Amino acid sequence: MTLGPVLVLAALLFSMGVYGVLARRNAVTVLLAVELMLNAVNINLVAFQSALQTSQGVGQIFAIFVITVAAAEVGIGLAIVLLIFRNRRSANLDDFATMKG
Amino acid sequence: MTNLFLALAAEGEELVEFGQGGQLHEWAWLILVAPFIAYILILAYGKKLKYEGGEIAVAMMAFVFGYGLLLWLDTIRNHTVFEKAIEIGRIGDGMVLEWGWVVDGLSSMMYFVVGTVGLLVFIYALGYMKGERRNTFFYASFSLFAGAMLVLVASANLAQLIVGWELVGVASYLLIGHYWEDKANSSAGMKAFFTNKVADVGLIIGALALSVSVGSFRIKDILDVATHHGDALGAPFFGSSVAVAGALLLFFGAMGKSAQFPLHIWLPDAMAGPTPVSALMHAATMVTAGIYLMARMFPLYQEMATAARPIMIAVGAATLFLTGLIALVQDDIKKVLAYSTVSQLGYMMVAIAAGGYTAAVFHLFTHAFFKALLFLGAGSVIHGVHSNNMSDMGGLRKYMPRTFWTFIIGSGALAGIIPLAGFFSKDEILGTLDYGGYTAVLWIAIAGAFVTAFYMTRAVALTFFGEYKGHGHPHESEGLMTVPLMVLAFFSVVAGFVNMPGFKFGESIVLRYTGFTEWLATRDFSPLGDHHPESLEWSLALYGTIAAVGGIALGWMFFGKDAATQQERDTVSIPVLYPLLRAKYYLDDIALALVGAIKGPVARFVDWTNTYVFDTIVNSFGFAAGRLGKFVYNVADQGVIDGVFNGSAGVASAAGGWLRKIQTGKIQQYAGALVVGAVALVVGFVLFNN
Repeated sequence: MTLGPVLVLAALLFSMGVYGVLARRNAVTVLLAVELMLNAVNINLVAFQSALQTSQGVGQIFAIFVITVAAAEVGIGLAIVLLIFRNRRSANLDDFATMKG
Repeated sequence: MTNLFLALAAEGEELVEFGQGGQLHEWAWLILVAPFIAYILILAYGKKLKYEGGEIAVAMMAFVFGYGLLLWLDTIRNHTVFEKAIEIGRIGDGMVLEWGWVVDGLSSMMYFVVGTVGLLVFIYALGYMKGERRNTFFYASFSLFAGAMLVLVASANLAQLIVGWELVGVASYLLIGHYWEDKANSSAGMKAFFTNKVADVGLIIGALALSVSVGSFRIKDILDVATHHGDALGAPFFGSSVAVAGALLLFFGAMGKSAQFPLHIWLPDAMAGPTPVSALMHAATMVTAGIYLMARMFPLYQEMATAARPIMIAVGAATLFLTGLIALVQDDIKKVLAYSTVSQLGYMMVAIAAGGYTAAVFHLFTHAFFKALLFLGAGSVIHGVHSNNMSDMGGLRKYMPRTFWTFIIGSGALAGIIPLAGFFSKDEILGTLDYGGYTAVLWIAIAGAFVTAFYMTRAVALTFFGEYKGHGHPHESEGLMTVPLMVLAFFSVVAGFVNMPGFKFGESIVLRYTGFTEWLATRDFSPLGDHHPESLEWSLALYGTIAAVGGIALGWMFFGKDAATQQERDTVSIPVLYPLLRAKYYLDDIALALVGAIKGPVARFVDWTNTYVFDTIVNSFGFAAGRLGKFVYNVADQGVIDGVFNGSAGVASAAGGWLRKIQTGKIQQYAGALVVGAVALVVGFVLFNN
């Protein structure tokens, strides 16, 4: 199995994630986009691990860590979004500019 | 000063010792240090104590008393002479500045007198000053006063003596003006200080003339030269010798402190202070300083400065008689006693000038006790009546029996009634004058004794006899005040016996008492003018007693006998003399006129120089300074310094204003920046890592 197509797939996924984070206004969609980016990274990790014989499964272990952290991150992220929505009746990120200098 | 002293004593270098003495004498410096430690302690902790610091003062005086008693007893027994000095500096090549202490007959007697009278007066003050203002400061100054006198008495050199002398002056100024809310009181303090200052100039110049001529501040060295008629003191000096001029200048200094006519004018005004201050000042710590100086320098007057003695006798005789007369017309009981002190100091001065070293010191010794007693008694009366004026008193013997009886003893001692203390000392002075052939002065002294008895009888009669004329109910003072009175009354009775002619215990008893003269004159000179017969000379004693009894009888006739005519009996109006005495010989007016006459031209001259000389200098300096200031302000301050600060602040402000624009608060813009940064990093790595 060649490494190239897998890396292209990962790059596409990551780019979609970046686009989603930067362009979408809905906080939940932004979180979904973040997940896309994380999973793109996971694909990279697993792909490189299978390509390099000496890595002894480090890539997969790292991917599992990232999945765990991503789950936690989404949990906290969704909780924050939920609280903001309760207070502001809105999930539009443009409305949350209270940190403006 | 205390720390310096301890440090020097601990270091123990450059010590000069003279004479022989044991541990007792080695540690005698403690009594010089104790009052100053007490001074600091009282100021630091006094306010929290029950008697506002008086306890510390009394404890300190008790220590001084105990140590002074030990030193005195040792001197009586062993005739010790001990001197110790620590070098603290040098002037030029030869003159050594020293700090030291002397224990010999004269100084140990003074330690004892200052300790005894001081302790009793301090205890008395606990009662007298209760509820008064600023007591903590009072007790502190009081301790300073006693300490200054001890420094003066202990000094082995003239430099230290001047230090003690001036400290006494400062402490007296603080104490006389204690109730400074009243303008008259602070003026009295200033008067005392300035009158003393005038005299101090004489002391300082005289001390320097003698010391520089001999090449040493040490009194012992100066007196050694004097007793051997050395050339150092025989050098011509303004038409006479250094010895005579120096002796006269020292005498001028003593005239101020010991209130000799006509520089006595400060002493009666010094009554403005609290009564314990008057008692201590008149008995032990201030006015005796001048007599002490004369006694300390006595060999100089006996050997080389004989030319100074007629002047001293004249001043002393004038003092003893003229001021005694003023005491006759005073209404303030403390002023009667004040003038009486001046008069008694005249006796001492006459005695010492006539060569009667022992007689003068003996009179100082006995006078300290009965004058302290009289002042404290007067204070007790004032405390009970709330007035200083005898016209508000009368009949107090019924209300204040203890004060009355002790006051009677004190008055008797002062008048010279046998066998009280004053009789022996006054008799000794009369004997000295007779022995020296000063017949005219002898008769003045006898007349003075008559006047003394007269005014004391008047004071006793007006205060304690007749009917009470004041307001309120007089009451006997508390025990804190009457017990010191009784102790002093005891001393007033027995103090004369220490020098009673023929009074010798010989070797048989513990004290080995060999007579006042023997232990007092422990230095290597013998007072030639001293006349101390083996037994009482009844002829002179008879004259003295007749004068005293006559004075009392006359006084009683005028003031005591007719108790019915209350209001008119407080004085005898003799034309011419009476207004003269009331005005105190116009001395205060003369002094004021003198000061005024000198003050005017001096003030005008100073004003002129001020306007035309100093003002020009000051103005040109001011102008130049102003211009310089403007230049500095405009260029350096406004231009450079303000520029730097304003510039940096402006930059920071602008940067902030620009940077705040990128803080939009929009999270996606931040994320965008993050992505741009990450891409830039990646591109950078890719481009530059090859």
